[in-house]
Amino acid sequence: MMMMMMMKVMMMVTVMVSEGSIIEQTCKETPDFNLCVSLLNSDPRGSSADTSGLALILIDKIKGLTTKTLNEINGLYKKRPELKRALDECSRRYKTILNADVPEAIEAISKGVPKFGEDGVIDAGVEASVCEGGFKGKSPLTSLTKSMQKISNVTRAIVRMLL
Amino acid sequence: MTKEVCSNIGLWLLLTLLIGNYVVNLEASHHVYKRLTQSTNTKSPSVNQPYRTGFHFQPPKNWMNDPNGPMIYKGIYHLFYQWNPKGAVWGNIVWAHSTSTDLINWDPHPPAIFPSAPFDINGCWSGSATILPNGKPVILYTGIDPKNQQVQNIAEPKNLSDPYLREWKKSPLNPLMAPDAVNGINASSFRDPTTAWLGQDKKWRVIIGSKIHRRGLAITYTSKDFLKWEKSPEPLHYDDGSGMWECPDFFPVTRFGSNGVETSSFGEPNEILKHVLKISLDDTKHDYYTIGTYDRVKDKFVPDNGFKMDGTAPRYDYGKYYASKTFFDSAKNRRILWGWTNESSSVEDDVEKGWSGIQTIPRKIWLDRSGKQLIQWPVREVERLRTKQVKNLRNKVLKSGSRLEVYGVTAAQADVEVLFKVRDLEKADVIEPSWTDPQLICSKMNVSIKSGLGPFGLMVLASKNLEEYTSVYFRIFKARQNSNKYVVLMCSDQSRSSLKEDNDKTTYGAFVDINPHQPLSLRALIDHSVVESFGGKGRACITSRVYPKLAIGKSSHLFAFNYGYQSVDVLNLNAWSMNSAQIS
Repeated sequence: MMMMMMMKVMMMVTVMVSEGSIIEQTCKETPDFNLCVSLLNSDPRGSSADTSGLALILIDKIKGLTTKTLNEINGLYKKRPELKRALDECSRRYKTILNADVPEAIEAISKGVPKFGEDGVIDAGVEASVCEGGFKGKSPLTSLTKSMQKISNVTRAIVRMLL
Repeated sequence: MTKEVCSNIGLWLLLTLLIGNYVVNLEASHHVYKRLTQSTNTKSPSVNQPYRTGFHFQPPKNWMNDPNGPMIYKGIYHLFYQWNPKGAVWGNIVWAHSTSTDLINWDPHPPAIFPSAPFDINGCWSGSATILPNGKPVILYTGIDPKNQQVQNIAEPKNLSDPYLREWKKSPLNPLMAPDAVNGINASSFRDPTTAWLGQDKKWRVIIGSKIHRRGLAITYTSKDFLKWEKSPEPLHYDDGSGMWECPDFFPVTRFGSNGVETSSFGEPNEILKHVLKISLDDTKHDYYTIGTYDRVKDKFVPDNGFKMDGTAPRYDYGKYYASKTFFDSAKNRRILWGWTNESSSVEDDVEKGWSGIQTIPRKIWLDRSGKQLIQWPVREVERLRTKQVKNLRNKVLKSGSRLEVYGVTAAQADVEVLFKVRDLEKADVIEPSWTDPQLICSKMNVSIKSGLGPFGLMVLASKNLEEYTSVYFRIFKARQNSNKYVVLMCSDQSRSSLKEDNDKTTYGAFVDINPHQPLSLRALIDHSVVESFGGKGRACITSRVYPKLAIGKSSHLFAFNYGYQSVDVLNLNAWSMNSAQIS
């Protein structure tokens, strides 16, 4: 009985270690290893996903960050009314990520034409940059837009592995 | 005259004056209204559309990508295309459909192929048309099945007596070709069937783009009846390291002359045929071709010396150009090339304007006399859009540092052809041995950097004071010190094309295989947000997308320029305002 238990535990550990290293192996080929690993490990699907699956997890993270940023933008209208114009621009840009880039990327990667997924992911970074630029150096959203750019770069690297 | 008469005359004069004025005003406002309705596309989502084309094919709204199934049937040209009925990014793709009698003016029809059965329920992707020996057209296309696998299906016209072939039916035998455990085909990398061709054994062949890890390949299938297909043990061709091969195209070209050759042709007696294999590379987003011979016994394509089917192969177009496809135009005995040009703007801009993607003007394509490259030239039909409003300049000298504005044409919608002559080839700079990538050279040397010979060319979609402009130009280099061999570089520089920040303003470049002792030809088709440039009469083509803020509509200008050290002669320059076409 003990032997069986020990063997099961050993197998589990072996399996866990080798599955963990798929994430590590993949993330090594991206511009931000630590960010990549932490994002993928934080998702329960990460440990058993193939490259496509990992890309879809990160696109989910992009979606989540977009929603979070849109909420932040909405809150800023009251606190910083003088920034209305720039906030309007950011709102448009982030809605594009949510309504156009993310669905495009999900459909493209699920159906095996990753280049359109790459387009969507790249654009998420572009929209975040444009939003940030609208504040002319005095952005209240810098940490969120920088996050988006970083995640976009990491995701793009993984999507390119599917090409 | 009596007072009464005077005052009557006076009143009458006043009335006439008032009426006259009113009539004049009416006419003026009628003209303004006419201009307004011509310039705004009534079908487009929003009124202000400075970037929609005047004569390049594009649907009224939404996303378009690959041209599909181009063909001619009973004298009518068909173009199908990947279209998203729901938005301005890729997705929900169907085969939209338009027809034309002249390749320039198009009539839209309802979508021809859209998801309707398990074998295409998740997408109707790219494919090609084949004209069967009995004259009937059939379409092979990639469908996405319920498991998101890529499979190949057939569709044929429901009603052959409809000259527009608006409705298509799909065989219950679909899918005709599918990945399975036996054939080991990668189910997410199996798409874009070509036009089929007949072999000596009367069997049809078709190739489909695929990959196995990093090996790109063209999988061959054969069939006797076009319904039952067998995978050949060997692909027509493959290349290790090039990645996925999308949108393959395989066709014969005649060794001499510019006529097209029917896809199944074995050539006339005494006619030498070469074959061209073309692929779109997923990795680089460019289209490449190689010239070679088709071994009909082994069913293999053998590239000529110096050609390798990978990212080192020559490109149809050194700018924004992808998913291209040819067809044989039996009416005019020519082979025609279609290519998709996407946007260089952000997705938010695309969503705002409500559309994304255009097709280039169809090009006639043929083998150069040297046998070493293909030549492309916009179909002659586009020249029918040239108005009588032509600016002609002859024998002008462009001194170093000079610019010459070309007045009297609608600079945002124009066709320009210019012939330059260079005098002192001796004064050309020697090219750096490390400069092997023309795109990099063009990126690093903008027009403010003077060479011995060049930059000289055109500034298009330019604002009056050149805050914005797109420059298309030549530089000439000596191949080596004390050499009488020259290198001609052609650049399309978008870096100053717009005051707007978020566009892709990458510079493009190509070497042009021409002898600069002869006059150098440059042609540009300018159409609001697209510039198609042709160097050396179609030896090098560069298509670019630009979105000026100032240089739009009537505020757009056209210049010839020379910023090199040496003078350059403009032997001839013709600029035509172009009429608008019915573009979808």
